[in-house]
Amino acid sequence: MSGVTLLQHGLTGISLGGAYALIAIGYTMVYGILRLINFAHGDIFMMAGYFMIFAVASMPWFLAIPLVMCLTVLLGVAIERVAYKPLRSAPRMSIMISAIGVSYLLQNLATYLFTALPRGYPDIPFLKKILHIGDLSASLVTIVTPFLTILLTLLLIALINHTKLGMAMRAVSKDYETSQLMGIRINKVISATFAIGSLLAFVGSVLYFTDRMTVFPFSGTLPGLKCFVAAVLGGIGSIPGAVIGGFILGIGETALVALGYSTFSDAFTFAILIVMLLFRPTGLFGEKVTDKV
Amino acid sequence: MKTLDKKTNYILSAVFAGLVVAILVFMDSDRAAYSYPLAILQRSAIYAVVAVAMNLLTGFTGLFSLGQAGFMAIGAYTVAILTIPVAQRPAVYYINGIAEPLAEASAPLWAALILGGLLAAFMGFLIGYPVLRLKSDYLAIATLGFSEIIRAFIAAPMLDKVTNGSYGLKSIPGFPSTLMVFLVAALCIFLMILVIRSSYGRAFKAIREDEIAAESMGINLFKHKQMAFVISCFFTGISGGMLAVFMRSIDSKTFQIGLTYDILLIVVLGGIGSITGSILGSFLMTAGREWLRFFDDPLVIGGFSVPLFRSGFRMVIFSLILMTVVLYYRKGLLGNREFSWNGIYAFLQRLVQKGKHKKGGKEAKSHD
Repeated sequence: MSGVTLLQHGLTGISLGGAYALIAIGYTMVYGILRLINFAHGDIFMMAGYFMIFAVASMPWFLAIPLVMCLTVLLGVAIERVAYKPLRSAPRMSIMISAIGVSYLLQNLATYLFTALPRGYPDIPFLKKILHIGDLSASLVTIVTPFLTILLTLLLIALINHTKLGMAMRAVSKDYETSQLMGIRINKVISATFAIGSLLAFVGSVLYFTDRMTVFPFSGTLPGLKCFVAAVLGGIGSIPGAVIGGFILGIGETALVALGYSTFSDAFTFAILIVMLLFRPTGLFGEKVTDKV
Repeated sequence: MKTLDKKTNYILSAVFAGLVVAILVFMDSDRAAYSYPLAILQRSAIYAVVAVAMNLLTGFTGLFSLGQAGFMAIGAYTVAILTIPVAQRPAVYYINGIAEPLAEASAPLWAALILGGLLAAFMGFLIGYPVLRLKSDYLAIATLGFSEIIRAFIAAPMLDKVTNGSYGLKSIPGFPSTLMVFLVAALCIFLMILVIRSSYGRAFKAIREDEIAAESMGINLFKHKQMAFVISCFFTGISGGMLAVFMRSIDSKTFQIGLTYDILLIVVLGGIGSITGSILGSFLMTAGREWLRFFDDPLVIGGFSVPLFRSGFRMVIFSLILMTVVLYYRKGLLGNREFSWNGIYAFLQRLVQKGKHKKGGKEAKSHD
């Protein structure tokens, strides 16, 4: 393999990894606070793709982007309110089943509203511009993705470390009941968490689908699961961990495809998950958790 | 409250079983006319097996596994490879050819089903070693991962000569009769009930209630979890094999995560921890999808076509119903109780008493 192809694949991998990282943050934040694998997160990401298709069809992209962003955030918060909030005191399995149910509902809803046929993702003009650097050619989105991901991550970390909301989030993830007793409105904090997660899922969906070109009702399932794996890999609850996990998976997957093992690219993700869970269940950056008995 | 005596119970059960057999035999005698309800019944019976197997893990041992689709795939491919008539194999494998030792290997259906179950159980045994040490949702996601890995291997080009890769397997001979599907399903479920009622089953329940207490009572946690997992995998494999025979053509896409979710929703609908609930759930869920089919057809009321009714609406309604069950009837249909004639009897009695009560209060409304 020549140097240029290697670099080309590297770029693709980093770009895919960036999109994964943004979605993984949503998983890690929700899990950190609610101890819930939000199975619907991948479907929120898919819905964001569809919203974008319809928004861009009827208005210029600079209006479409903020509108779809708001819609996605609303969807995420609404899901939490309707499907997870009533189960706050229920066993964890119930909430997880509810999450699976929401994911099922969103997929069926998408099939009903938009049919099961893949739809073309709109071109956002400046993202699609092809750049040539020497022999390397890449669309702008490929180059922008990693930087945007890192920028958003830094902003988020700043939010968590230096604002009141961030402090509340940290408190709730440490101890849910005590923080409630200390006067933190946990419902507000949880809603904010879902809003941030959905926002990042929207950004991830723009970056991911601009590269992939089509959206269909099940296009959120596998990326969603992979991003959860990325979150586990980085250490669930840790935001830098989720980002690094996302990049590792994106690059690893692209490497497998480049080597001709594309059928195993999905299996690779889960193999990593299982190895990780066995040898270091807390992930790369996870805190040590002692099991409360 | 009065309960039914043992004899009445047996008679009612026997009458019910006889009725089911009679209806099935009657419908089987004219397959062309009843092909649609027969297909629903067969699929329900097959799902009942895997739902009970999942319940054995989730409801009785407290292990939340989401690997069903993968183990079903193992059973399905084993049965398919062994039962496709030898003469038709070149036609099925016309693109990649078939691996030498498999070209002539064939087995009768019952042996193939058992072998499929055993292979799935063996896989479960291997996977269980590392995975069963994980807790709740980590276990769920790890088994889900394994299920995807199994699927990836089935679709892998390296195994083209065995699994026919992405082309899938066709020409699997179907079941000779619906009655047979029901008998196999009933046998499997009966065996699982025996397991649950044995001392092992009681150990499983102890683990579900409290792992630490169970361990201090001398129950070997890992051994029993492993046992529950392997037994569940065995029957999941068998039901996968039955599904292959029912569908008559399979490919790796048949066994996606969606299949596992379907089974999970059946278990939830029927009630986690209730065997009869799972059986009832699988029949209701499979039939429910068909009952709701009218939502897919355009509806015209007085010349006005209701805009919502079009293809796919049925599944939206269906998932909304499921969400309602998950959110508001968390116990499902039967909770963790079992269906019994006594329960029905008590229910009827309560109904009658309520009726009497109403009658006393409002004379006018007693006729309906």
